[in-house]
Amino acid sequence: MIEFQNVGKTYRQQVVALQDVNIKINKGEFVFLVGPSGAGKSTFIKLLLHEEKATSGKIMMNDEDITKVSNRRIPLLRRSIGVIFQDFRLLPNKTVYENIAFAMEIVEAKTKDIRRQVPAVLGLVGLSDKAKKYPNELSGGEMQRVSIARSIINNPSIVIADEPTGNLDPDTAWDIMRVLRNINERGTTVIMATHAKDIVNVMEQRVIAIEKGSVIRDDKKGVYGYED
Amino acid sequence: MKIKTMGYMIKQGFIGLWRNRGMSFASIASVTASLLVLGMIIILVLNMNNIAEMGQSQFDNIQVYLEDELENEQISNIGAELENIQGVSYVEYESQDDALEKMKESWGEQGYLLETLENNPLPDSYVVYFQELEASQAVVRNIERITGVDEVRYYQDVIDNLVNIADFVQLAGLILIGILGLIAMFIISNTIKLTLNARRQEISIMKYVGATNWFIRWPFVVEGIFLGFFGSLIALVVVYFGYEYVYNLVYARFYALFAEYIVSAEAMLQQITVMFIVIGIGVGILGSLISMRKHLKV
Repeated sequence: MIEFQNVGKTYRQQVVALQDVNIKINKGEFVFLVGPSGAGKSTFIKLLLHEEKATSGKIMMNDEDITKVSNRRIPLLRRSIGVIFQDFRLLPNKTVYENIAFAMEIVEAKTKDIRRQVPAVLGLVGLSDKAKKYPNELSGGEMQRVSIARSIINNPSIVIADEPTGNLDPDTAWDIMRVLRNINERGTTVIMATHAKDIVNVMEQRVIAIEKGSVIRDDKKGVYGYED
Repeated sequence: MKIKTMGYMIKQGFIGLWRNRGMSFASIASVTASLLVLGMIIILVLNMNNIAEMGQSQFDNIQVYLEDELENEQISNIGAELENIQGVSYVEYESQDDALEKMKESWGEQGYLLETLENNPLPDSYVVYFQELEASQAVVRNIERITGVDEVRYYQDVIDNLVNIADFVQLAGLILIGILGLIAMFIISNTIKLTLNARRQEISIMKYVGATNWFIRWPFVVEGIFLGFFGSLIALVVVYFGYEYVYNLVYARFYALFAEYIVSAEAMLQQITVMFIVIGIGVGILGSLISMRKHLKV
């Protein structure tokens, strides 16, 4: 569960990126985050990822106020969050398998667990036959599926996707949405920032719209609501 | 830390080393160069101190050489006069024959060379023992006034000079080493910076997945440790064999005569091994910490 209580974020005491945000996201929800570029979506995500600290208010995550967490504990908190980027961010010199295993290695997982879990997750995203390929041998959709596999390999309770379909053609984008939906149905909270009008409108999920640093809309079964 | 993780850190350290071979080589060379200079200074200072120390231990007595062809009576008079000087504990007579015998002994195997001498060139002498070292200079002045005394063998000023020079060399050396160490550190931090840049994307992913700060930092520290360690190993090998070569050269030229004044290569190695490795690794760690402070935000 995630709860923002009167959260504000100001950069260098002048630029107001977010103000007075009050939001509650329950476990297992699927949430779209929409709004024009520069409206505050990125800041919202950065706060969730502990990349930035809120300048006011409280952010509760799994019953803990993460605005008060010490720097030392931040890495541990990040382990409960998976993250997916528009540009995939795969390591080019590692195979698909290694890219995913890497995420387990750096949290010091057991070799035995790595050998068991990586193939399972590859199966989940439909890439079992690509394990030995390098990123440059994959299509955009495949690369994004690798990055999704990497984001869920450590069993996070929340997955944050920052425009995951931004670089993909519509058909491939829908493939990715099916994978994310699949992950969500297994109980993982998914928060997805997007500009993909069709996807938001067809999926009929909760939509939170942010404009000029404030939440202007929060609908249970919302629509995109912008003319691109 | 798990053993597997340690293996990962060491492997990453080596990869970093290999990826920037050129800079790694430069880093190792700079550590080696600094430590070589340190080695030379240590050799100098060790030997100077050694000579000074050996001189000093021989200095609770002085040798008073007498003029040639004195009568036995004059010799014993001088002996009595010496004993009467304030500060003198007792005196021992050493005839020129005794002196030659002693010299033969100290030359050891080469002693037979002295048997070819037709005339004994050594003078008769008295060995004067002091009650206390501090009064030695006054005593020496009094001895020099006695008629029949040719020369007083008195090392104090030489020893003082030697100690002064050794102190100076040590100080100048430390300053030089400080500068060289800083240069080595700078080169290492630049080498690590290259690895940091090469791994930037990897590090950003590591952060998102929740790698701890030290998990991210360790490979760079390990790389610094390797750079410093290899540098110090090479320096140790060069200093040891270089010094041994010179030592053998001196030993062969001057027989055993000087040998006791010179520190052996093994004794020198004992003194510097730990020091070199600690300094090398220390410089390496500092270099990588500086680099991370400047270029790695975790």
